Amino acid sequence: MAYNIKEIVNKESRFVSGHRMCAGCGAPPTIRGVLRALKEEDNAVVSAATGCLEVSSCIYPYTSWKNCSFIHTAFENAAATLSGAEKAYNSMKKSGKLKTDIETKFIAFAGDGGTLDIGFQSLSGAMERGHNITYVCYDNGAYMNTGTQRSSSTPHFADTTTSPAGKVIPGKLQQRKDLTEIMVKHNIPYVAQTALVFNLKDLTEKSEKAIYTDGPTYLSVLSPCPRGWVYPTEELAVISKLAVDTCFWPLYEVVNGVYKVTYKPAKKLPIEEFLRPQKRFRHIFNEGNEWMIEEMQKEVDKKWNYLLLMEEITNRV
Amino acid sequence: MAIRERLSGNEAVATAMKQINPDVVAAYPITPSTEIPQYFSNFVANGTVSTEFIPVESEHSAMSACIGASAAGGRVMTATSSQGLAYMWEMLNIAAGMRLPIILIDANRAISAPINIHNDHSDSMGARDTGFIQLYCENNQEAYDNTIMAVKIAERAKLPVMVCYDGFITSHSVENILLMEDEEVKNFIGEYTPEEYLLNPDRNISMGPLALQDSFFEFRKQLADAMVESKEIIKEVSSEFAKVTGRNYGLYEKYMLDDAEVGIVILNSSAGTAKDTVDELRAKGVKAGLLKPRAFRPLPYVEITNELKNLKALAIMDKADSINAYSGPLFSEITSAMYTAKLDIPTINYVYGLGGRDVKTDDILTVYEKLLQIASSGKIDQVKHYLNVEE
Repeated sequence: MAYNIKEIVNKESRFVSGHRMCAGCGAPPTIRGVLRALKEEDNAVVSAATGCLEVSSCIYPYTSWKNCSFIHTAFENAAATLSGAEKAYNSMKKSGKLKTDIETKFIAFAGDGGTLDIGFQSLSGAMERGHNITYVCYDNGAYMNTGTQRSSSTPHFADTTTSPAGKVIPGKLQQRKDLTEIMVKHNIPYVAQTALVFNLKDLTEKSEKAIYTDGPTYLSVLSPCPRGWVYPTEELAVISKLAVDTCFWPLYEVVNGVYKVTYKPAKKLPIEEFLRPQKRFRHIFNEGNEWMIEEMQKEVDKKWNYLLLMEEITNRV
Repeated sequence: MAIRERLSGNEAVATAMKQINPDVVAAYPITPSTEIPQYFSNFVANGTVSTEFIPVESEHSAMSACIGASAAGGRVMTATSSQGLAYMWEMLNIAAGMRLPIILIDANRAISAPINIHNDHSDSMGARDTGFIQLYCENNQEAYDNTIMAVKIAERAKLPVMVCYDGFITSHSVENILLMEDEEVKNFIGEYTPEEYLLNPDRNISMGPLALQDSFFEFRKQLADAMVESKEIIKEVSSEFAKVTGRNYGLYEKYMLDDAEVGIVILNSSAGTAKDTVDELRAKGVKAGLLKPRAFRPLPYVEITNELKNLKALAIMDKADSINAYSGPLFSEITSAMYTAKLDIPTINYVYGLGGRDVKTDDILTVYEKLLQIASSGKIDQVKHYLNVEE
């Protein structure tokens, strides 16, 4: 069936308004998009790591989580918490204690801090154990909840409050950790990277595959942050599109080890198109810092070529 | 009909867990509790239980998975020791704060550094204010019995329970014990029917919210109230247990205490050793006695203070040190209750057995000798003592 954005957004949302997320934040459309991929008749248990999303969506006595059950326990363990709920479900279904025909899906949401850094071990463990869960990282490339400190997902040279662009050090000195690839190496059946582009078509389709693939699945969603990246709130879709058109954020999926690059821009834009609108990269446009842009371009090209090659190789075998 | 068996402490507890047949067990191996997930994995592999076992990658994830499973509506257990319990510490608080009746078996072991695999109580004492009920066990029979009672206590109190027994001394020593029949255990614990749970098909819920200045304090007060109320629940469940097994448990146990002039307060297996010393002293006409708390959380402050009131000298024994330039935790807490009750008897503190340093009847005898001196002189030269340590 052809993708119809109107139909999709008219589905009853399981993440409803009243939450306190910032205007222009990528996380709420990500969450809504992922949950819309659930079949209407299915239930879900959502586990969230401590972070912007959690502190803004479930402030006692209110909750934005509707037609699903929600649990938050701590920062580094959204995956482990969810793995317990999933096993309880299996056990109680098996023993007949859970008397229902409704199917429940298990979905975790965490930022890049809760996923790539402090929650890395818990995530790796849950993926390796093979739980029937979907883990979604809304990746905004820094610890935004505490005020834009660097994470291992922060792009090279970005200015954050713990990797400030100073007179001696030009922002973050390290490249991003590529967690999507690390997830591929967990030999799980479905890994994908997406962004808020193309009327959410890519997000919707990949979410559906992730949720309805048996076994552990991982979805990485670029989730721009107007506070941390410093761009006008209304530019969320524009900045997301630039991220994929520059191939800073390639859209791809890996199904049982087979790569598919799901979007190949007809005209691959230079990386500076993505960097220029964001104040976190302002310093790299200063005279004498051209080398930083060149270096970032090389890194982007290397990764892009790697993905194209992996697509070719894994489809050949 | 009770079944006679020869089992180690870990075997006895694993057997109790088999009979409980929880929905989920999540655990990570650590000496000296490792055998529990091992035995339990065998039960799962052979279909003896219907439990889902989660072989997590760390203790932090063990408690996190237990929380997820318990919140989902399952009956949930785990086991650990020492560093494992320390690594869980963040999640212990959350388990209690979310009012989840998770059972944690702790084979007590020293906390690093230096690293040491042997027994003391610094692990569970380090978790004493997490909101877990803590039950301490003298021997294998108590470890088995408390594990079964813990299920009912936890579910009734809506609090997690930690069952603590001495690493190696209890966990690995084989003793003759009495087991309940499988059906007896099943009937005793009954079905777990949580009021609210994530998987309830009729009612979705949100758990673990952000609670701010207008509500956080009330949640914490309710948690504190639950601990107060758990005292009666422990007594209630113990008396139901006595009806089935004939084995009586209170919040604490007294041994030759009622007419004693010198007494000690001591936890777990060392209480067994100390009972022998009391017997030796009694044979010589010395009025020695002891009190062994079973519940340290909630500690029955008023009741214990009342039991100690006729002593002429008292030693409170700690198998953990507080490193606070004063005393061990048991001493601090009980003397605080004594002060409030205006009970003024000469009381000293002994820190003993750290890292598995052996404590024999002769060592306990030196404590009673010290108490006899104090009882006759009425004077204390030093509050805190270290038993059997090279200075």
